[in-house]
Amino acid sequence: MVTAKLRAGDLSRITDMAEVKGRSLWADARKRFMRNKAAVASLLVLIIITLFSLSGEAIAPWTNEEIDFNVIGSADTEGMPSFASGHYFGTDDLGRDLFARSAQGTRVSLMVGFVGTFIAVLVGTVYGAVSGYVGGRTDAIMMRIVDILSAIPYMFVLILLLVMFGRSMFMIFVGIGLLSWLGMARIVRGQTLSLKHKEYIEAAQASGVSSWKIILRHILPNLLGVVAVYTTLLIPDMIMAESFISFLGLGVQEPLTSLGALISEGSKAIVQGSLWQLYFPLAFFTVTLYAFYFVGDGLRDALDPKDR
Amino acid sequence: MFSFIARRLLVAVPTLLVLIVISAVLMHAAPGGPFNSERKLSAEVLANLQAKYGLDQPLYVQIWTYIRDLVLHFDFGPSFKYKDRTVNDIISQGFPVTLVYGFWSFVIATILGIGAGVIAAIRQNTPTDYLVLTVAIIGAVLPGYVIAPILVLVFTLKLGWLPGGGWEDGEWRYLVLPVIALSTGYIASIARLMRSSMLETLNSNFVRTARAKGLPEWKVITRHVMKPALLPILSYLGPVFVGMITGSVVIDMYFSTGGIGKSFVDSALNRDYSVMLGVTLLVGALTIVFNLIVDVLYAFIDPKIRY
Amino acid sequence: MALLDVENLGVTFATNDGTVTAVNGVSFSLGRGETLGIVGESGSGKSQLSFAIMGLLAKNGRATGSVRFKDQEILNAAPSVINALRAVHISMVFQDPMTSLNPYMRVSDQMAEILTHHQGLSKADALKACVRMLDAVKIPDAKGRIRLYPHEFSGGMRQRVMIAMALLCRPDLLIADEPTTALDVTVQAQIMALLRELQAEFGMATILITHDLGVIAGFCRDVMVLYGGKVMETAPVDPLFESPSHPYTRGLINAIPRVDTQGETLVTIPGTPPNMLRAPKGCPFAPRCAYAAEDCDDHLAPLTTFAPGRLRACNRSLEDLA
Repeated sequence: MVTAKLRAGDLSRITDMAEVKGRSLWADARKRFMRNKAAVASLLVLIIITLFSLSGEAIAPWTNEEIDFNVIGSADTEGMPSFASGHYFGTDDLGRDLFARSAQGTRVSLMVGFVGTFIAVLVGTVYGAVSGYVGGRTDAIMMRIVDILSAIPYMFVLILLLVMFGRSMFMIFVGIGLLSWLGMARIVRGQTLSLKHKEYIEAAQASGVSSWKIILRHILPNLLGVVAVYTTLLIPDMIMAESFISFLGLGVQEPLTSLGALISEGSKAIVQGSLWQLYFPLAFFTVTLYAFYFVGDGLRDALDPKDR
Repeated sequence: MFSFIARRLLVAVPTLLVLIVISAVLMHAAPGGPFNSERKLSAEVLANLQAKYGLDQPLYVQIWTYIRDLVLHFDFGPSFKYKDRTVNDIISQGFPVTLVYGFWSFVIATILGIGAGVIAAIRQNTPTDYLVLTVAIIGAVLPGYVIAPILVLVFTLKLGWLPGGGWEDGEWRYLVLPVIALSTGYIASIARLMRSSMLETLNSNFVRTARAKGLPEWKVITRHVMKPALLPILSYLGPVFVGMITGSVVIDMYFSTGGIGKSFVDSALNRDYSVMLGVTLLVGALTIVFNLIVDVLYAFIDPKIRY
Repeated sequence: MALLDVENLGVTFATNDGTVTAVNGVSFSLGRGETLGIVGESGSGKSQLSFAIMGLLAKNGRATGSVRFKDQEILNAAPSVINALRAVHISMVFQDPMTSLNPYMRVSDQMAEILTHHQGLSKADALKACVRMLDAVKIPDAKGRIRLYPHEFSGGMRQRVMIAMALLCRPDLLIADEPTTALDVTVQAQIMALLRELQAEFGMATILITHDLGVIAGFCRDVMVLYGGKVMETAPVDPLFESPSHPYTRGLINAIPRVDTQGETLVTIPGTPPNMLRAPKGCPFAPRCAYAAEDCDDHLAPLTTFAPGRLRACNRSLEDLA
């Protein structure tokens, strides 16, 4: 199609109008995310907390296992947070430094959150994408399996497994991760179904691109948005699940600790008045979770803006 | 509509069966049996006990017996730990307790959550909205086992208004703290979900049409907005149900209410696998039934689902 | 007295990127039973114009100026005032019938509620009236179909339902916002024919908003051409097509592909629609206009009448454009 030549007028005035630069969708999303102050602040907070969890033990004068014999037995009076004794967050009933233990607990909780989520995302995304893309009976069967597995009360089964086969980090990671991939699979499958009918997929198929390549190169990148949002919402769920198990006494074993275990100990200790044993791990716990929620909300708004 | 329900039932039954089979297999795969603990029993006594409980039969027979007893007689079998009690005994003691405070928690969470969400959406970006959002955000992250000790600290130890635990046959004073602890998180999440769902519905084209018809805003909301806005909440109620049962474990621990959560935890610590499995199966079955109800309600509201 | 008098209507939206000016000083009037077509590209402000009249702007929208209906000021009027007018005196038909009808309500309920609310009819009487109206818009077996849900109708039938809904109270003014854009071409023709019939029968004044000049040609008596939120030209239909007085209108008409001439190339108007984040001080069409001069960026001559019933807003005179 050839356009008729201009009869008069200045071409440059038209090209001036073209200064509205094309922005890629990702740049658009990033700009919207940056504008969300709560999300950006939360991201910073998460980075700080992660740094703390990695370096806290190196900074603290005490290790997480050392027992301070000055304090043991009278934690509620001697174990208060102070700079002088080097116990910045105070100690627990056994005289162990809470600062170091908080750092370690945060690290363990974050690890469970990330690794568990990673497993769930990996399994769920591949399962959902394949199910959605292949469609037909395979999809029906695969989703039926998901439905059946969803009916299993996973917390109960997890505890059951932990009790039967012993508590180990491995079991916890695998257990939590494997029981949470179902939600991701459903969401990814739904998204794949709607993507499948888009014209550029048809074009790729018409050009003879293999199914695997289509899934890898066209479907997966476009799933990234939905997956990213759901991931940031999964991580807090994982952390909460792990802390629940720890609270029941079935989580990581001593001397390893997690925020859940610390909160559990702390909540038992407040009756004696050593409130700091609860406050510090609780503070880290809640701040971390809020931060993930805000980042998740920010991501969701950035990638799919609707008037809130 | 009936064919829809029938179809859903057709799916629910095999799901239940799969659960039962998995439970049965796990039960017999678990290390340690009912009698491998404490005292050493003489070979004779052991053989007698095993015969009595059918443990000398081949595995598949044992599994089949378990399933048969369960489906036909609702018999969950004997407790692994307490020689004179069956799982049914243990569960039926705790179940009514969990039912009562679970029911109230569910009702309160739903009503308050939906109410708060609707108000926040209607008064979007006003102080009321921000208040609801703030409370929702705070509540979303505090799990029951964190709220429970704080509640006890304030209401029992400091103020002395409410008992810090116990059950006394469900007298209302013993219900208050457990219900608050269990429902808070869900009030928050339901409110958030309801708010965003309402906002989305309020912005849809058919609501614009409803306004263009000259209907006053309250009619627009009750006749056109509420039903579609409630759909995501309905879907969410399934997880809420499961979450509350899971949460009741903590409530039982903290407030010594004695529901099936306690039975579960005790049996976990005792390695009483048959009770653990019995509770898990019960919860699973209840979940399936509940999800079925939710699905039917959903189809009531959304005519496109009824195929 | 004109039925509808719009004076210097402006619509702005507060967005994260700044203030968007959708409508920038539009004036026109409409008498009883008259048909006006509003033509413009996407982004010309034509839909927002009608939303402003009906009070249906989004929450971040602001309307300025004056809109008088039967000599009563209705722009930004209180809900009680505007709700008494909606559906009863001024009705609107929207662009996409699939999303504009409530998918969770039966058609019967959605239609009947207008009559039960505004005219106090009983449910039974309201339903009878609705069935009659569905017959008028040529829905086969209206009585049997009325209790169906919107998704059980085809696209064209859904639009007929919307039209029926809009006419239930015999309004004085019907605003049709791109009623055929979402439909197949053959269905488009049917719907336009239906609208013509109904307009002749009920005699309501009609504003037809569209980007399609062809649709205007068969229906409206007068046409208003909008660009960048401003009126470029207003004229009766035939003179507009025969002798367009504005460079933009000329561009539009020239761009219509013709089968009766032997041209090799398709004509387009070079350039892109304006960025309404920065409302142009002068003529919004200037950057794309073949006749533009220096002064066109700074100011635009007001809309002036140069012949009976014909108005134009252009700095260049008619002779300049010859």
